[in-house]
Amino acid sequence: MNIGLEQYLTVSGLLFCFGLLGVVVRRNLLIMYMGLELMLNAANLALVAFSRFNDNLDGQLMVFFIITVAAAEVAVGLALIVALYRKRQSAHVEDLTTLKL
Amino acid sequence: MEDALFYIFAALTLLFAFLCVANPFSRNPVTSAMFLVLTMISLAGLFVLLQAFFLAAVQILVYAGAVMVLFLFVIMLLDVKEEERRRFNPFGIAIGGVSVIGLGFILFSTIRESKVGAGLKLTAVKGSDTAALGKALFTEYLLPFEVISVLLLVAMVGVILLSKKDLK
Repeated sequence: MNIGLEQYLTVSGLLFCFGLLGVVVRRNLLIMYMGLELMLNAANLALVAFSRFNDNLDGQLMVFFIITVAAAEVAVGLALIVALYRKRQSAHVEDLTTLKL
Repeated sequence: MEDALFYIFAALTLLFAFLCVANPFSRNPVTSAMFLVLTMISLAGLFVLLQAFFLAAVQILVYAGAVMVLFLFVIMLLDVKEEERRRFNPFGIAIGGVSVIGLGFILFSTIRESKVGAGLKLTAVKGSDTAALGKALFTEYLLPFEVISVLLLVAMVGVILLSKKDLK
């Protein structure tokens, strides 16, 4: 069987599901964050596959921007987690249930 | 040959991604981070199979290089032993698993029913794709490119402010 767009999209969908599983099931902020990264990468894979199969470069440029934004997002998010940990001594969502610090 | 490589890289990506978020043998965040690196590298393999060579290189440089170092630094700052003492909530896992399987089923059946890839074939890249990408980036997409540099600056300033000791 030849590899078509459907196969790439299926891999991308499954990768997105695994990322979502990490966010929903795990209670550690860092691992939830890794789940977010997996979901972003699933979207990247789908965009690159669409771009290459339609012979259109726009999808790949979108992926370039997504990677840049993801890098900035990781830096800010991890700094927030560290600041939160300094205040509360925990990176576990079950300990972070109050709005007030 | 390429079909076999696709199946190998796809299987590796999914296996490593699963082990990253739900490793049955270890709940240590460092293990998860290492499996995340492996996921990114096998994903770069899939990008190479799609002949998006530039993005494969960027993927490895940015994710396996920069993002992972950040993750590891932060894990070292936090208490990693603490995670292993926690108990799992079986009810939450069951509900989460069911909803994720439901979403996966919806995605899978949508991809199957829509016949989105019908008639589309992967054509070999003519000439240099990277050159075309760079040209588009600096002409058609010049404004987003400049905006994203401002975004990176804002992120940098924000991170420095957030990591100050006496956060107000």
